[in-house]
Amino acid sequence: MNELSPAKAAPAPATEALPQPLPPLPPARSGLSLGEAAFAALSALAANKLRAALTSLGIFIGVAAVIVTVAVGAGARQQVLSQIQSLGANLLLVWGANVRLGGVSLGAGQRPNMSWDDAQAIPREIPSVEVAAGTIRQQMQVVNGNQNWSTWVNGTDPAWFVAHEWQVAEGRFFTEEEAAGGRKVVLIGQTVAENLFGDENPVGREVRVRATPFEVIGVLGRKGQNPMGQDQDDVVVMPYWTARRSVMGASRAFARAVGSISVKVHEGESMADVEEQLRQFFRQRHRVAANEPDTVNIRNLSEIAATRDASARTLSLLLAAVAAVSLLVGGIGVMNIMLVSVTERTREIGLRLAVGARRRDILRQFLLEAVLLALLGGAAGVLVGIGLAHGMSAWGGWPVLIQWDAVGLAVAVSGLTGLFFGYWPARRAAKLDPIVALRHE
Amino acid sequence: MDALPETLAPSPPAGGWLIETRDLSRHYPSGEGVVKALDGVDTTIAPGEFVAAMGPSGSGKSTFLNLIGCLDQPTRGTYRLAGEDVSRLPPDRLAELRGRKIGFVFQSFHLLPRSDALTNVAMPLMYRGVPRRIRRDRAVMALERVGLGQRIHHTPSQLSGGQQQRVAIARALATGPELLLADEPTGALDSRTGLEIMALFQALNRAGVSILCVTHDADVAAFAGRTLRFRDGKLFEDTRYPPVDAAAMLGVPFA
Repeated sequence: MNELSPAKAAPAPATEALPQPLPPLPPARSGLSLGEAAFAALSALAANKLRAALTSLGIFIGVAAVIVTVAVGAGARQQVLSQIQSLGANLLLVWGANVRLGGVSLGAGQRPNMSWDDAQAIPREIPSVEVAAGTIRQQMQVVNGNQNWSTWVNGTDPAWFVAHEWQVAEGRFFTEEEAAGGRKVVLIGQTVAENLFGDENPVGREVRVRATPFEVIGVLGRKGQNPMGQDQDDVVVMPYWTARRSVMGASRAFARAVGSISVKVHEGESMADVEEQLRQFFRQRHRVAANEPDTVNIRNLSEIAATRDASARTLSLLLAAVAAVSLLVGGIGVMNIMLVSVTERTREIGLRLAVGARRRDILRQFLLEAVLLALLGGAAGVLVGIGLAHGMSAWGGWPVLIQWDAVGLAVAVSGLTGLFFGYWPARRAAKLDPIVALRHE
Repeated sequence: MDALPETLAPSPPAGGWLIETRDLSRHYPSGEGVVKALDGVDTTIAPGEFVAAMGPSGSGKSTFLNLIGCLDQPTRGTYRLAGEDVSRLPPDRLAELRGRKIGFVFQSFHLLPRSDALTNVAMPLMYRGVPRRIRRDRAVMALERVGLGQRIHHTPSQLSGGQQQRVAIARALATGPELLLADEPTGALDSRTGLEIMALFQALNRAGVSILCVTHDADVAAFAGRTLRFRDGKLFEDTRYPPVDAAAMLGVPFA
C-alpha cells in the first residue's frame, strides 16, 4: 500500500514512512457488523474475567438447575410410564373385600368370594370391558432337578396375558383347549427361568410344582418391577383348571373360586365408569343390601403410578421456581454490572462516538456484551447441568433423561435474560452525549 | 467586534471551502436567561490550512471545536463542511460524518488502555465497516506515518506521553479525514515533547492535511499559519502570519 504514498519517491532518512496523509479509504459498507460488535464485546468481557464469571454465576446456577430438574422430572415420568405399560394399560384389579365372619375381620382376599363364573360374566354384562381373567395365586416351590425356587404360581385364563399385556420371550402361551382341558403346561417368568435353568432354554423341559410334573411351554417377556417395587418376573402361570385340579387342591366349597379378577377396559372408555359398573355388578351378584359395604375392592393400578408421577411433577415445579428466581437474580446481576461497566467506560464511549460510532453501534456493542455474559453463564450451566444429571444417574441411581429441547430452551432463555436486563444499561450508554462523555473523569 | 472580512481569503479556492460558517451560534438555556457559548461566527477555512483557535476558558473556542467536529449542533446559523450543510442532521448522520471526515486528537490522548497501538488506531475503522485485514494494514500505515512503526504492539502504559499522542494522531489519520481537530494536543506533554508533536502536525500539514487546533497557549498557536481569537462567544480576531518551524526549533529534520 506504500506505493500509494508520494513519500516513497523522496529519499527518507529512516525506514519509516514520512508524515503523510493516508490515501482515501475505499468506500465500504457503513456501520459496525454484528461479528465485530461480538468480538468487541468479548474483548471487553475478557478484560474483566473474574467479574464476568461472578456476574454470570446467577444465570449459570439457574440454567444448571433447569437442566437437572427437567432431566430428573423426565426420567421419573419415563419410569412411571414404562411401569404403567408393564402393568398393562386400562387395567382394573378386583379383589375380595375384607370379609367379616361372625364379627371377626378375616382380612382382604382371605376368603374368596368371587368365582370363575363371575369373571366369565363380566365382559358379557359390561360392554366397556375388553377381557376379564379370573386368577388364583399361591406361593409354591417349583423344582427343576436339584434346583428349586419359591415363587407365585398363578392359575388363570388365557385372557390374563391380554389384560396384563404379557409377551412371550420363548415358546408360546397356552391355548383355550389346553386351558379348558386342564393340561399340565406352564409358562415361567424370567426370574424363575434364570433361577431354575440358568442359561439353558427352559422351553420343552419339565418342572415339578408340588411334585406334579409340568411341561414348560413358554418363557414370559421381561417386565421388571411394578410401582410397588415387586418383581413381576418372579412368576409361574398355568391354566386355571390345571391349578385347581392338580396343585391347589381346594375344598369343594371353593372349587370355582378365584382370588382376583383382572379386567381390561376398552381403549377410550372411562375407567371410573367401569369401576362403578363393576361395583354394582358384584353388589347385585352377591345380593348386598343397600346399607352393607361392598364385597370387593377395585384398584386402578395406573392411578397409583400416576400419583407418583404427580409427586415427581410437584418436585419439578418447585425446582423450576428456584431456577426462575435464580435466572431473575442472575439477570439483575447482569444489569448491575453492565451499569457499572457503562459508568466506568464513559470516556471510552465518548471516544467511540467521536470517531464515528453511531448510537445503535454502541447499543449493539453493550447489548451483545450483556447477552454474551448471560449466554456464557448459560452454556456453563448446560455443561454442569448435564454432568450433574449423569452423576445423579450413575451414583444416585436416579432415573434421568436429558431433554434436549429443554436444554435449548434454557440457553435461549438465558440469552433473552441478557437481552432484557442488558437493554437499559446499553441504552444509557448509547444515549450519552459525546462531549460530556469525553470530559467524564 | 465583527469578523474582519479583509483578512479572509477574497474568494473560495478552486475546490471550495473546507469549512464555511455563517452566523454560527450555540446558545444554552440557563435559568431565566440564555448562555451564548458561541454567537454569530462567520468564517471560512480553506483545505490545507493550519488554523489555531485561541481564547481564555469560556471564550467559545471549545464550543466552536465541538460544532466544527460535528459533536454538537448550532442553535442558529449554518455550517458547511466540504460544501455539505451539516448544521441540521440527525445524530447518526453526524456520527458517520465524524467517522469519515474528521480526525480527533485530544489533550488526554483517550486511548483504550488495555488495547495495543494497532487496535487503538484500527478502532475507528471498525465503525466504518472496513474489513479486518484492511483495518490492520491501514493502522500499520498510519503508525508508520507518525514514527511508531516499531511499536505497533505496545499498550498505552508501555508508551511515553508523546508516543501515546502519536498513537492518537495515527488513529485520527487512519480514516483519511478531511480535517484534523486537535484539542490542546500538547497540554499534557512537557515542552520538548509538545514541540515534537507540533513538528509532526506541521509535517502533516505540509503534506496536505488541514488542521484546526484549539489552544490557550500563544506559543502553540505560533506554529499554525492563522489564529482565530475568541472572546465571550464571538470571533473577534482572525490573523495570518508565517508559522514558526517546530522542526527547526528541535533541530531535527521531520520532512
